Amino acid sequence: MQNRIDKLFAQKKENVLSIFFTAGFPNLKDTTVILEALEQSEADLIEIGIPFSDPLADGPVIQQSSLTALENGMNLNLLFQQLKDIRITAKKPILLMGYLNSVMQFGIEKFYKQCAAVGVDGVILPDLPLEEFEMYHRRITEALNIKVIFLISADTRPERIRQLDEASGGFLYLLSSNSTTGGVNGVSDLLLSKVAAVKESVAKNPLLIGFGIKGQKEFSMACEIANGAIIGSAFIELLTRSHNFKKDIAEFTSIVKTKLIAS
Amino acid sequence: MKAVSKYGVSENGYYGSFGGAYIPEILYNNIEELKSKYLGISQSEKFNNEFSELLKNYVGRPTPLFFAKNLSEQYKTNIYLKREDLNHTGAHKINNAIGQILLAKELGKKRIIAETGAGQHGVATATVCALMGMECIVYMGETDVQRQAPNVARMKMLGAKVVSVHSGSKTLKDASNEAIRDWINNPENTYYLIGSVVGPHPYPDMVARFQSVISNEIKGQLKTILGKENPDYVIACVGGGSNAAGAFYHFLESEDVKLIGVEAAGKGIDSGHTAATLSVGSAGIIHGSKTILMQTADGQITEPYSISAGLDYPGIGPVHAYLNEVRRANYISITDTEALEAALNLTKKEGIIPALESAHALAALGKLQFKKEEIVILNLSGRGDKDLETYTNYLNELKYAKQN
Repeated sequence: MQNRIDKLFAQKKENVLSIFFTAGFPNLKDTTVILEALEQSEADLIEIGIPFSDPLADGPVIQQSSLTALENGMNLNLLFQQLKDIRITAKKPILLMGYLNSVMQFGIEKFYKQCAAVGVDGVILPDLPLEEFEMYHRRITEALNIKVIFLISADTRPERIRQLDEASGGFLYLLSSNSTTGGVNGVSDLLLSKVAAVKESVAKNPLLIGFGIKGQKEFSMACEIANGAIIGSAFIELLTRSHNFKKDIAEFTSIVKTKLIAS
Repeated sequence: MKAVSKYGVSENGYYGSFGGAYIPEILYNNIEELKSKYLGISQSEKFNNEFSELLKNYVGRPTPLFFAKNLSEQYKTNIYLKREDLNHTGAHKINNAIGQILLAKELGKKRIIAETGAGQHGVATATVCALMGMECIVYMGETDVQRQAPNVARMKMLGAKVVSVHSGSKTLKDASNEAIRDWINNPENTYYLIGSVVGPHPYPDMVARFQSVISNEIKGQLKTILGKENPDYVIACVGGGSNAAGAFYHFLESEDVKLIGVEAAGKGIDSGHTAATLSVGSAGIIHGSKTILMQTADGQITEPYSISAGLDYPGIGPVHAYLNEVRRANYISITDTEALEAALNLTKKEGIIPALESAHALAALGKLQFKKEEIVILNLSGRGDKDLETYTNYLNELKYAKQN
């Protein structure tokens, strides 16, 4: 079977919206409720965060959601249980995003096998070194047809981008700025000035921009220079204040995807 | 600063299976820059002249190697104290801070960030930043800010901005997380001055090299005193493990020198309130390094406990994880009470009030069997002024217990 991320990008090359949320947040059993709401929404990809006690690359909003999820009792075993039957209804690509230590403790091979078993299509581990991926992860993930997505920034050197592009599957995660998640607003001037050069080094993968993409305005901006964008912190904030996930998520994704009318 | 081979770091940053650089991509350029330049810069003549000059006339090195006669009688052996407590700012931390600030200057960085637990590394960093006229931001857990007020005041007087960290468990590990997040947000102009042999490669090796002045001096001093360079034992306390790494460094290849690292058992290794990482931890990733750390089965990093804030770290430098694995060094642990007793004992016997961290190493003397003719080096990593309140409270408790 074709990987769902590849299938998506084969059909759709622009305005791709990926939504990130933390598993087990705001409440333990919300994972699947939110997943189903996203499935019905205008989101194209779904990223589920594996909560970790020490999320280095995350700003305060995702940190807090991780902490709450852990207090709620979320862990990888439980997450895979929650996702067990998800593919009966869910058709959209699903990715897991987390930190390498969680995967190491669960067991690297076991983790990817579980991903394959429940129908997870891709994995993002921001602290996974490329060398370690090549040594231990690549053989396993390629056999299971699971994509491992790498991150690049405006400051990543061309040679390094080429290596990460080659290793990355599904898409490349382009950081909007030098920042932790949710830290800034929109696409930085730095990225705008360098994005053409970045693209020259990317041969294989579509590009999704993440970190600091908060809503319609930032999403439109990102879509002008990439295939789409990822919203995380702003979506978590929505979940924090929402009393009706289904309605609010449909509304949020619809507004984000509405093209701004040029004035 | 000659490189060690067998127990040194590999070219790609590993000690056996420990070490490496597990960092978000934004920091890749910074780490690569450090990796490609730290050896060249720190081995240049210009750097070495400046480093030696500052260690001598600013820090007050070499620190004495003191024959502790009364302690030696007590333990029926020959104990020498390496007096790192006599350094400027009161601990070994300044050796590394001087080295890294000179490196930061060479790299053209203007803004210095650091993490601190007890505040000793924060004070050392604030000190060298004042000396060099650099901006200094120190991240410190909210809990530690409250319990280490004198060091917070010192840092502020030295011109540093102390940022109280409210995330996670509000202690050293969270201060480290927050410093790394700052670095992610300011990769261009900022230098992260890490205080121990932890973090992504090349930090563990770099910090060990800057601290290796300790064992280098011990060798020379022993040669003068005894006519031979090598002792039978080197004992040092281990939190992240920088003073131990420095005290062990030049003895690593001399396999007849027994190396003893002393971790904080807190209330006991089975009590659930401990910082004895090697006793209760398992392999994982913390602050960009693969090492042994305290964690749940699920991989969540747990909060350590020790009466000594400087040993209160849930990980350990990857070099120690490796030395422990290959049995080149032995690691034991000492409880709060044993450390307090050892501190009182040294104070009474030798007139030296040690830091609580160093007191753990002192307490290890009572756990080992020495021969009469053996030479034991104990690295007295810091002075005890910062721990006076803890010592006073303990003395009052003892007095109270005696009365009742």
